[in-house]
Amino acid sequence: MNRLALSLGCIIAAAAVAMADGQTETVEDTYRLYCVQCHGTAGTGQGINQTAGGLAVSARDHTNSVEMSKLTDEEIRRAIAKGGDAVQKSELMPPWEGVLSAKEIGDLVALTRKLCKCVAAK
Amino acid sequence: MARSRILNAAAGGLFLATAVVGEAAALDGKAVFAEKCASCHNITGPASTTFHGVLQRKAPDLFYAGSKFQREWLVRWLQSPSRIRPSGTMFLNHLVTEDGKDRIDEGAVKPCASRLSAAESEAVADYLMTHRDAKMRAGVVDRDKKFSTSRALQLFTKQYPCVGCHRVRVRDKETGGVSGPALTDASERLNPDWVYARIENPQYWDPKTWMPKIDLSHEKREILTLFLVSRK
Ligand code: HEC
Ligand code: HEC
Ligand code: HEC
Repeated sequence: MNRLALSLGCIIAAAAVAMADGQTETVEDTYRLYCVQCHGTAGTGQGINQTAGGLAVSARDHTNSVEMSKLTDEEIRRAIAKGGDAVQKSELMPPWEGVLSAKEIGDLVALTRKLCKCVAAK
Repeated sequence: MARSRILNAAAGGLFLATAVVGEAAALDGKAVFAEKCASCHNITGPASTTFHGVLQRKAPDLFYAGSKFQREWLVRWLQSPSRIRPSGTMFLNHLVTEDGKDRIDEGAVKPCASRLSAAESEAVADYLMTHRDAKMRAGVVDRDKKFSTSRALQLFTKQYPCVGCHRVRVRDKETGGVSGPALTDASERLNPDWVYARIENPQYWDPKTWMPKIDLSHEKREILTLFLVSRK
């Protein structure tokens, strides 16, 4: 009972925050806030950190259907959650599981599939 | 003759001293801040918890300034601020895309507007230093502790993505990305305990910061902190 009241309270509080803001956050917002800095506004890998010379290994071009179709959804999910290191790629790709929920990461996987207009590797 | 010069000097010193004391006594850091700074900076907290709120943020939050900064740096910097964030307070607000490549519109990024006199700066620094975070642990980092620069560099540029977003100077050469604050002069600017706490939990300080929360051992966080607070 107590726990139910508590979690209901959380849901209401979260809803209130979203409402006070007048807008809910979409997966595109999540991508803009966390990914565009390296992957770029168009997802092509030309973000400000890339063009300023901060990335010794280029950020992945999420619109490249040839490269992106080599990856399974699970590989993409793992790269976003645990970082490049966890999929034998550059550690310049940060891990995001400390910041993003499983649902947000799942939505980002789907978004990268939309960007590459490609299907997952088998 | 010699005696009168001494007298003159003494009188001059006296005059200066009273002038400074007089101005300082009339200065209330809180009032100066309310008049000249509060239109841009959030001094009461909490930090915005939404993406849209962060897009509207005009300047960095200062409600934990007393935990974050070194007072002497504040006193100097508030008289003539230099740029810290190459991409401004929020990079998305200064971004332009040309031929599919993003870059920061340098002209659109303005430094802090503070132009305080020396006396005002002292008063405002005192006021800012009273804004401390009650939960931050003090005495975690001993800034004089020896550490290996090559290991720190390995962590900062190879093993973790820090350099992707932060500019640092290593042997007179600047490298790094631009979406985070430049860490080129952290030695004079930042409190080591705060640097440690900011790396440990970026979202505690700013729920919508675009710095990842990375799981690091105490030893690694300590080395990164010692490295950063030795940058000048
Ligand atoms: C600090 C810069 C940086 C940020 C921020 C960043 N990435 Fe990356 N990302 C990279 C780099 C660099 C690579 C390329 C790694 C390689 O090819 O070795 C990469 C690769 C990837 C890959 C391909 C992984 C693979 O297995 O090839 C995906 C998917 C990806 N990033 C998604 C994201 C998403 C989603 C976000 C936002 C939540 C994000 N990235 C934020 C730098 C970044
Ligand atoms: C017009 C808006 C504006 C006003 C007014 C303004 N600032 Fe700023 N301030 C900024 C911006 C923007 C930055 C970020 C600068 C950077 O990173 O290069 C900043 C940065 C700072 C910082 C460093 C914060 C950090 O986390 O690095 C301090 C301290 C500060 N301002 C204090 C003041 C004080 C004190 C005043 C009043 C005397 C003041 N500011 C007035 C816009 C403003
Ligand atoms: C994806 C980009 C990104 C990565 C990767 C990143 N940071 Fe940050 N960092 C930021 C941002 C954004 C801020 C805060 C911006 C602000 O206050 O305006 C920040 C703030 C900081 C600060 C406080 C600086 C200040 O002046 O306010 C320190 C210290 C820091 N980061 C250290 C690190 C370390 C160490 C790493 C690697 C373990 C790291 N960062 C990785 C983006 C990043």
